[in-house]
Amino acid sequence: MSPILEVKGLQTSFGAVNVLAGVSFAVEPGETYAMVGESGSGKTTVIRAIAGLAPAQAGSVKFDGEEIRGISERAMRPLRKDIAMMFQDPTGSLSPRLTVRNLVTEPYRIQGMKDKDLDAEAKRLLELVNLPAHFADRYPYQLSGGQARRVGVARALALEPKLILADEPTAGLDVSVQGELLNLLNDLRDRLGLSMVIITHNLNVVRHIADRMGILYLGRLVEEGTTEAIFDEPRHPYTHCLLSANPEPDPDARLERIALKGEPPSLLIRPKGCEFRERCPMASDICMQTPIWEVENGHGLRCLTPR
Amino acid sequence: MSDTLLEIDNLSVDYETARGDLKALRDISFDVKKGEIVGIVGESGCGKSTLISSILRLTAPNTRFRQGEVRFKGDDLLTMPERQMRNLRGSDISIIFQDPMQTHNPVLSIGRQMVDIQHRTKVSKSEKRSIAAKMLAAVGIPDPEARLKQYPHEFSGGMRQRIAIAMALMSEPDLLIADEPTTALDATLEVQIIERLQELQREFHCAILFISHHLGVIAELCDRVVVMYAGAVVESGDVREIFHDPKHPYTRRLIECDPGHIKERARVLPTIPGEVPDLANLPDGCIFRDRCEQATDRCAQVPPLEKLKEGHFAACWLNHPEESST
Repeated sequence: MSPILEVKGLQTSFGAVNVLAGVSFAVEPGETYAMVGESGSGKTTVIRAIAGLAPAQAGSVKFDGEEIRGISERAMRPLRKDIAMMFQDPTGSLSPRLTVRNLVTEPYRIQGMKDKDLDAEAKRLLELVNLPAHFADRYPYQLSGGQARRVGVARALALEPKLILADEPTAGLDVSVQGELLNLLNDLRDRLGLSMVIITHNLNVVRHIADRMGILYLGRLVEEGTTEAIFDEPRHPYTHCLLSANPEPDPDARLERIALKGEPPSLLIRPKGCEFRERCPMASDICMQTPIWEVENGHGLRCLTPR
Repeated sequence: MSDTLLEIDNLSVDYETARGDLKALRDISFDVKKGEIVGIVGESGCGKSTLISSILRLTAPNTRFRQGEVRFKGDDLLTMPERQMRNLRGSDISIIFQDPMQTHNPVLSIGRQMVDIQHRTKVSKSEKRSIAAKMLAAVGIPDPEARLKQYPHEFSGGMRQRIAIAMALMSEPDLLIADEPTTALDATLEVQIIERLQELQREFHCAILFISHHLGVIAELCDRVVVMYAGAVVESGDVREIFHDPKHPYTRRLIECDPGHIKERARVLPTIPGEVPDLANLPDGCIFRDRCEQATDRCAQVPPLEKLKEGHFAACWLNHPEESST
């Protein structure tokens, strides 16, 4: 099977700031891929660059075998039927002046699909995301965070995309609602055969939804593998730090916590050698050399002192 | 004098709205002892923010205190003259807000802001500056002297939150209120902030009222926990009691829903179906009744918050099997 999405050596700079320094990954049809990293790691830029919403100066983005990096907006527009975005801020990403009916059917209007019965479509989409039909008349300010998020999902699903790019789909949701959204995404993937790229810093979420995951640090993948392999046997010290930084809802759980020193360095002055060296609990002299990306049994790693 | 620092006693707070009175807090009672870390946990709309602003009396104009008292060292804050209240804020009681990016004044240097908030202290300006530098060092900001000259935008989010903590602790308060101080931060920084708070609490011996919806953080940091739902306290007690032996169905469901709790990959995650009730139009009986799987006819009556054993309170009829027939 050929991947639905194949990203190779993707590079993005905003002025002098090199945000993505060559990101490569692939998503198979029906697969959910999670991209995990701290603020500033470039997660959001990755999916924005894939969707053509952020510049990408070098590299390749193949969707369904076709190169889409750097194509014109005109050429991109029909593809937006197949590649849907879910934006980070659930309420902020909805126009406050449109009703839910207009919001979920806006994609049809943008794509010029005039033959659709918009009322019926709105009803179908709301049903798909488990919202009552009378919500069609509401405005975004009348929605809770969880409901606004579901409207965002409905909008993303309107054109029956093949690929969904979701930016922090559970950020700002209460735990009781978070599960509901993840169940919905899992269910839709099974029923509609969607592929998904999920951007998140919440590792608890990744475990339940992703098939494979990549760990992004300063705009580069430092580790990639199946979700089970990463959770069970993280090899990169950074991955290990991230996993151990997850506070557990149990007062007696005393984790073997690996202190992560400091904060991510500035992208303007990238560290020499291994870029994680200065914060790494395992760093040694060898880390002055630049580690290369090595893949073994489907598990990718960029580290000279793996665990 | 007793060792109780803050006592909230039967506090009820309404917001007057066009739709009628929104009953944001109803009969809230709990206390915070000296040097204790008390966590308040609850989801959106449970009244956490109303509670904090009521304690500090920084409430919106349409707020009405219907009943109850907020006693700090024995004095009722709700009836205290404004002048006296102002003297308490930022000295005896201080607060760390949720969003570190908006806490500081963007056009003044950090040093200037840290000197300014010492306006009650009668020492020279250079002394205030060195106190400020010492506090920055205490929260782990390297090279504090030089960084005092910098502006908020020159610091990262995690650093800004640590500066906010330094400023809140500078007056050596008896009570520190932390309103979701880690929500806007990454997990790695969240851990740094929590560990820093723990250290500082040992050093300064202040009590902390820690508000969060993140159960993991509450479990790690707090001595006692108050669980709120839709404007009411449904359960409170020792952190171990709450997490290991929850006595209210809401608490139990909330802990179950936390994906951090579920180690094996789950295809279907637990949720709490339904929505928080409309506080302007309160349903009769137990507030959690509509979403509770164990609800019975008894739940048509509001269950009182009752002591189950030393240090564990819950408001649920399930804890009273003997009163099953009335």
